[in-house]
Amino acid sequence: MTIIFDGLAAGMLLFLISVGLSVTLGLMNFVNLAHGAFAMLGGYTCALLLSRLGVPFLLAAPAAAATAALAGIILERTLYRRLYAATHLDQVLFSIGLIFMSISTAHYFFGATQQAFVLPDFLKGQINLPGLDVGIYRLFLIVVGLILAVGLQWMVSHTRFGAELRAAVDNPRAARGLGINVDRVFTLAFALGSGLAGLGGALGIEMLGLDPGFPVKYIVYFLIVVAVGGSGNIKGSLLASLMLGLFDVAGKYYLPQVGAFVIYAVMVVMLIVRPQGLFGRAAAK
Amino acid sequence: MTPVLQTRNLSKRFGGFFASKDVSLSIEPGARHALIGPNGAGKTTLINLLTGFLEPSAGEVFLKGEDVTRLAQHQRVKRGLVRTFQINRLFAEMTVLESVTLSVCERLGLGWNWWRPVGDHTAAIDEAAELLATLRLLDVAHTQTRSLAYGRQRMIEIALALAAKPQVLLLDEPAAGVPTDESRELFETIAQLPREVTIVLIEHDMDLVFRFAERISVLVGGALLTEDLPEVIARDRRVREVYLGEALDG
Amino acid sequence: MTPVKLDLSPLRRAAAWHWAEYAFWLLPLVAYFVFPKNLALLSQIAITALFCLSLDLILGYAGIVSLGHAAFFGLGAYAAGLMAKYGWGDPLLGLAGAALAAAAAGFLTSFLVLRGADLTRLMVTLGVSMMLYEAANKLTDFTGGVDGLQGVDIQPVLGMFSFDLYGKTAYWYSVAVLFLMFWVARRLVHSPFGLSLRGIRQNVGRMPAIGAPVNARLVAAYTIGAAYAGVAGALLTQTTQFVSLDVMAFSRSAELLLILVLGGTGSLYGALIGTMVFMAAHHFLSDINPQYWQFWLGAALVLIVLFARDGIMGLLRKLSAPARTPS
Ligand SMILES: Nc1ncnc2c1ncn2[C@@H]1O[C@H](COP(=O)(O)OP(=O)(O)OP(=O)(O)O)[C@@H](O)[C@H]1O
Ligand SMILES: [Mg+2]
Repeated sequence: MTIIFDGLAAGMLLFLISVGLSVTLGLMNFVNLAHGAFAMLGGYTCALLLSRLGVPFLLAAPAAAATAALAGIILERTLYRRLYAATHLDQVLFSIGLIFMSISTAHYFFGATQQAFVLPDFLKGQINLPGLDVGIYRLFLIVVGLILAVGLQWMVSHTRFGAELRAAVDNPRAARGLGINVDRVFTLAFALGSGLAGLGGALGIEMLGLDPGFPVKYIVYFLIVVAVGGSGNIKGSLLASLMLGLFDVAGKYYLPQVGAFVIYAVMVVMLIVRPQGLFGRAAAK
Repeated sequence: MTPVLQTRNLSKRFGGFFASKDVSLSIEPGARHALIGPNGAGKTTLINLLTGFLEPSAGEVFLKGEDVTRLAQHQRVKRGLVRTFQINRLFAEMTVLESVTLSVCERLGLGWNWWRPVGDHTAAIDEAAELLATLRLLDVAHTQTRSLAYGRQRMIEIALALAAKPQVLLLDEPAAGVPTDESRELFETIAQLPREVTIVLIEHDMDLVFRFAERISVLVGGALLTEDLPEVIARDRRVREVYLGEALDG
Repeated sequence: MTPVKLDLSPLRRAAAWHWAEYAFWLLPLVAYFVFPKNLALLSQIAITALFCLSLDLILGYAGIVSLGHAAFFGLGAYAAGLMAKYGWGDPLLGLAGAALAAAAAGFLTSFLVLRGADLTRLMVTLGVSMMLYEAANKLTDFTGGVDGLQGVDIQPVLGMFSFDLYGKTAYWYSVAVLFLMFWVARRLVHSPFGLSLRGIRQNVGRMPAIGAPVNARLVAAYTIGAAYAGVAGALLTQTTQFVSLDVMAFSRSAELLLILVLGGTGSLYGALIGTMVFMAAHHFLSDINPQYWQFWLGAALVLIVLFARDGIMGLLRKLSAPARTPS
């Protein structure tokens, strides 16, 4: 039971970070391998605010999201935008370049070690139920994740921004014709994705750790979420993340020798058998 | 005489929409056959089905009496069924001579030869050069395809197909977008092809169609409306209604 | 047959060696005398150049994108290492074994890789390489896991030249293998088969319509590329007498892509020159500070993608535009 619970918490975290990639890769069709770099930025921002400035955690985490979103806006305006029409290979190379730069920058400022991270008191500890140890922080993660998932789903399907985003992605030219400011919509979507990554990075220090290698270490996990969840599909991303979290945690407990192998295998099989994702729309474009 | 190319109840469905519906067509060896019909009638789709570019939802395709419905595109090409594309599909970064040599090499079965340089396969190169000469493309033989004018590119679209030595050649609007004088030259070239080559032509310009074709099939809404001699088609009321109308009156 | 009045020599002699190529291949000789103390680095360059060449075959010629090419490098490295460990220490035998192992893996995975478009290919190749990495990581009895494979005992090359402390044998051995394999690759890309690969990359939709079996060609190209990578991996094992787990790491695949793009794809020499420039820069710059090096590397990659997509070869081609350049 505890394993299931921990798996769900890990999955929620994964969801927080990768749902942004599901927007950029899935909806905007940009292979942004540097997605993890935004999460890392959020992580370091949060860690710094906590340890150096003594900002309370509940403020530091949103601030981390805001920082990552701001970085996203700046980079989208200056660089990413130029490559929307480029080949996937170019996008990959470009984002690998960004990964390298982010890793070495993190190294330069913070060194190679894991960041120390102390949870605020009210999130520490456990609730012990019969047969289930509920870590309070994990419970907190699950709740935050659920709230965000519902909020995002609502935003995409019920707000003007959501409608504009879908229109802009489906057919940018037609959307422009309808008077939608496509550039602005893309920038905002990108900022949203990076902001969420930043938030996930901040909330994830406790479970995933934080060191300069972060953007590379979890890249495959993010990609799996998108591959399995189906592109641009919030519900799909959520389910895929939860499954992956469960798999990962349970795998480490019960089958440590098989480990991540199974997860990679699942991704490859998914890509071959159901390229549109487990929860994707049946008809690919 | 067995038809060189034949279809039986060929259909293609996209979702609930029939782009080809129950097409049964029969083309004699050496024919000069035109396929006409309004935009979206399913002409290109039919060619896609014939060549294996698309898989039919139902029906069969026979080439020289052989059922080729399940064969891959390149296998049909090997059996002499070759097409051109309505929208150019060329090798942008190759020179004209290189692209045509590539096509010749594939026909000669040299495509797996990985040791001798292309330059040593003189027979293939000579044949490619000769083809360029017949098509009056020699002056651009060493020019990169992408830097040619559209009319010339359209000619290379045909050259690539001819290099495959087709027995049945399916031309999908070969002169689309080509200036008139160049398009006349292009059609002269087509008209001069030997009788061993059966030709199926899709074309919107009715003057050209009636000058070239000895038989005409009319497609409407994916289905075959009628097929007959040009003079019969010209008089057919239904054809006039759906398609020719003004073109003939005017 | 009417004689055609056309100078066919540009195509007839397209595969002839250009003087610049002869000059290029003098470099290994020159380097041996100019940098006698850096033979280990020079061997590494030759090995990485071969590895990069293998990626150029599949990406630059066949147009298959891959984020996991290190999988084959690693397979070759382990294959040669294990063979040597269990008594088959003859280097050439090791190369052959590595080539076979990598080719088999390339052949089998090619069917997965061919199914999708670029994005799927990127992710499938990445996934496959991560699977192999995990397998190597976990099969500690076999591979030594993170500690690496120890006890790799390599016999003298051709029974005559044993691997010496100064790395002389290692250097000439690596250079010789690189040159031979380059020579074969050069024949291959100039052959009708190579031409058909270029055709596939430039317009995959047209190839079946001129009678070319596209998938079979791609399977062949991918398999050959994998075999080349395997040989490169085996060379690394044999010249260092050790296999570390990071032969299969993602960063190796990513770095390789970078090197190739830096040099320029689709010319073979781009792979070689890119490797030389990259490794030399790495050697001198990362001595100063490894983090700076990585930062500027990333920056260079971003700039190349944005402004100089044809890499060093593209620049060279532009500079020597009027003269004929080696292709
Ligand atoms: N891949 C596809 N998916 C969905 N619909 C398609 C597809 N290909 C063709 N169609 C539809 O099938 C119909 C027939 O198209 P087709 O291209 O065969 O027409 P056509 O007769 O060649 O027209 P044109 O003269 O404009 O070239 C059109 O309505 C087209 O939109
Ligand atoms: Mg058409």
